[in-house]
Amino acid sequence: MSDFLEKNPWNALRQFTNARIALGRAGSSLPTAPLLAFNLSHAQARDAVHHPLDTEALHEQLRAQGFTSLDAHSAAPDREHYLRRPDLGRRLSEQSRAALLELEAESSDVVFVIADGLSAFAASKQAIPLLQTLCPQLKDWKIGPVVVARQARVALGDEIGELLKAKMVVMLIGERPGLSSPDSLGVYLTYAPKVGCSDAQRNCISNVRPEGLDYPLAAHKLHYLLTNGRRLGLTGVGLKDDSDAHQLADTPATPVVSDHSNPGAT
Amino acid sequence: MSYTESIGSRTYRFADLKTLMAKASPQRSGDQLAGVAAASEEERVAAKMSLAQVPLRTFLNEALIPYESDEVTRLVIDDHSPQAFAEIAHLTVGDFRNWLLSSTTDADALTRIAAGLTPEMVAAVSKLMRNQDLIAAARKRPVITRFRNTVGLPGRMSVRLQPNHPTDDVKGIAASMLDGLMYGCGDAMIGINPASDNLAAITKLLVMIDDFRQRYQVPTQSCVLTHVTNTIAAIEKGAPVDLVFQSIAGTEKANAGFGISLALLQEAYEAGLSLKRGTVGNNLMYFETGQGSALSADAHFGVDQQTCEVRAYAVARKFNPFLVNTVVGFIGPEYLYDGKQITRAGLEDHFCGKLLGVPMGCDICYTNHAEADQDDMDNLLTLLGVAGINFIMGIPGADDVMLNYQSTSFHDALYVRDVLGLRRAPEFEEWLESMQITDARGALLSASPQQPLLEGASDWMGIA
Repeated sequence: MSDFLEKNPWNALRQFTNARIALGRAGSSLPTAPLLAFNLSHAQARDAVHHPLDTEALHEQLRAQGFTSLDAHSAAPDREHYLRRPDLGRRLSEQSRAALLELEAESSDVVFVIADGLSAFAASKQAIPLLQTLCPQLKDWKIGPVVVARQARVALGDEIGELLKAKMVVMLIGERPGLSSPDSLGVYLTYAPKVGCSDAQRNCISNVRPEGLDYPLAAHKLHYLLTNGRRLGLTGVGLKDDSDAHQLADTPATPVVSDHSNPGAT
Repeated sequence: MSYTESIGSRTYRFADLKTLMAKASPQRSGDQLAGVAAASEEERVAAKMSLAQVPLRTFLNEALIPYESDEVTRLVIDDHSPQAFAEIAHLTVGDFRNWLLSSTTDADALTRIAAGLTPEMVAAVSKLMRNQDLIAAARKRPVITRFRNTVGLPGRMSVRLQPNHPTDDVKGIAASMLDGLMYGCGDAMIGINPASDNLAAITKLLVMIDDFRQRYQVPTQSCVLTHVTNTIAAIEKGAPVDLVFQSIAGTEKANAGFGISLALLQEAYEAGLSLKRGTVGNNLMYFETGQGSALSADAHFGVDQQTCEVRAYAVARKFNPFLVNTVVGFIGPEYLYDGKQITRAGLEDHFCGKLLGVPMGCDICYTNHAEADQDDMDNLLTLLGVAGINFIMGIPGADDVMLNYQSTSFHDALYVRDVLGLRRAPEFEEWLESMQITDARGALLSASPQQPLLEGASDWMGIA
């Protein structure tokens, strides 16, 4: 440790938060170590946004798990269009639309879509473990093919679900990456999906990753919403997530502090 | 009425005033997404040239969004002061820029005309101005507000301490709050974005900050940012509410998307006033805004995003706010694509707000899918410091672990104070010295466990 630094004698407070506290200072500025740690986190988040989704690997894993899988692409041809034109990411490319139509899919209770969204890392890492945890709980459900979608926004699921004649569509999509969460998955559930559904007709489960909402808890919530959405014939503002009403009562609120999230620690 | 401008042999035609304003706007992705932006750089300048010739009076006669269908337009027109306007009533938009920059136009002149300005006039002139014009003119117009301390005095800049936590854990929030105070931040307010809308959880946070504030006699104010209807409910239940927060936008329809109307804001304002918690003043509303909010709610009516934003400041000024915060880069690259667009928008918002008499601060920020990084934030921070911004954000390490975006840090605040000689709110400055956090010149003292806040931390945080 260099003598030029002003240290902060409140390191102990780091046990209560992942926030970047007690970093110390060099004059008024960040010491070099936390500066570089921040740069690394930002670089990882940027890479998460721009890294292309490895669809081949996903298809392979899905097949190995016994799922039928399909490929889809939004109308946004590349990442720059995707970022500038959210409307393009909400509709299928003409090719994908034609391909899904041509299938003349049988109707199903639920279709899952694994989508890159703003973090392909999230889709690659979290989607299949979540499906593996959830699907054994869906014994009486007719599950349609799993669609792997690129340059996708949440509403792309509406068109996919409509074309595949799904009662419900579940979008498993990479969320906007934060510095401490480059691979966080969002789950969006829509009943009777069709082009033009509004966000008020969806339910959302966010921050799905082992360090956030873990697979068992996320699967529990999703199962609850699927079951009650099917029973009520709707999703969105009319469907409340009461899945944790009693389950969480005894869970301590203190978050887990992981080592990498306190980059100032030396 | 349509507008035309000829460049050489080419004539550009603009169907109406809102089209002219949109085409005259500096390039940004949100206007392109909305399909209202200029199609070429030459068309953009032609629109600026045409806009420069428009008399300011025109804005009183040609509403961009009809008076009959929009309560924000009605507010702007009904509250307009012809007396205040008289001094500049003869000017065109282009003349108005010259008038603003003239060395004889001072703070008094700018204060005198404020009630005569509509947001559309202010937006129009900003479109003709370069970044340095936006800085130079805004710097001449302090807007000073008071609650438990005084924010916006010339030569001073305040910081909103934003100690967010992903699960609203009280100790987690207290830890970040203490970190910020030890860095001399928190004079604008201690303001938490809660993860939950639950009234009990929100009240718990309000009580925690209030207990702390009273224990150490901190001359600042607190806010838990939740919908005004929640805050009204909290006030009715006796919660210690200082500032009343709401996100606002520039059209009635966009505000409806936020679940608010002018009448509801009035109700919330009166609920806040009824508590009489301010000690040096009664400014207590805290508004957040940002370019693109009207478009994202499909409520822009073909008006460019910057003009919609300035209309939000007209909403804000109706309620004598303590602070107004443009959260400039939060909305994402489909509205402000990169560091250049974020920088421009931040300077425009600050200038336009100040001209209307609104106490502007800025959340100098970006998301990870925007083409921006911390260097861009350094630049905008420095520029806004020069321009006389009322307050900025202070977030541990600039990384908000709850909202997942990057802003400015406690260190950033120290930097800009150092290089520009900006001091804290006077009441807070005194308090920091009394707590042995800063010396008489406002510089941070070396931290030691004997400083009163640290000495008492384990006690008030409930740590064994």
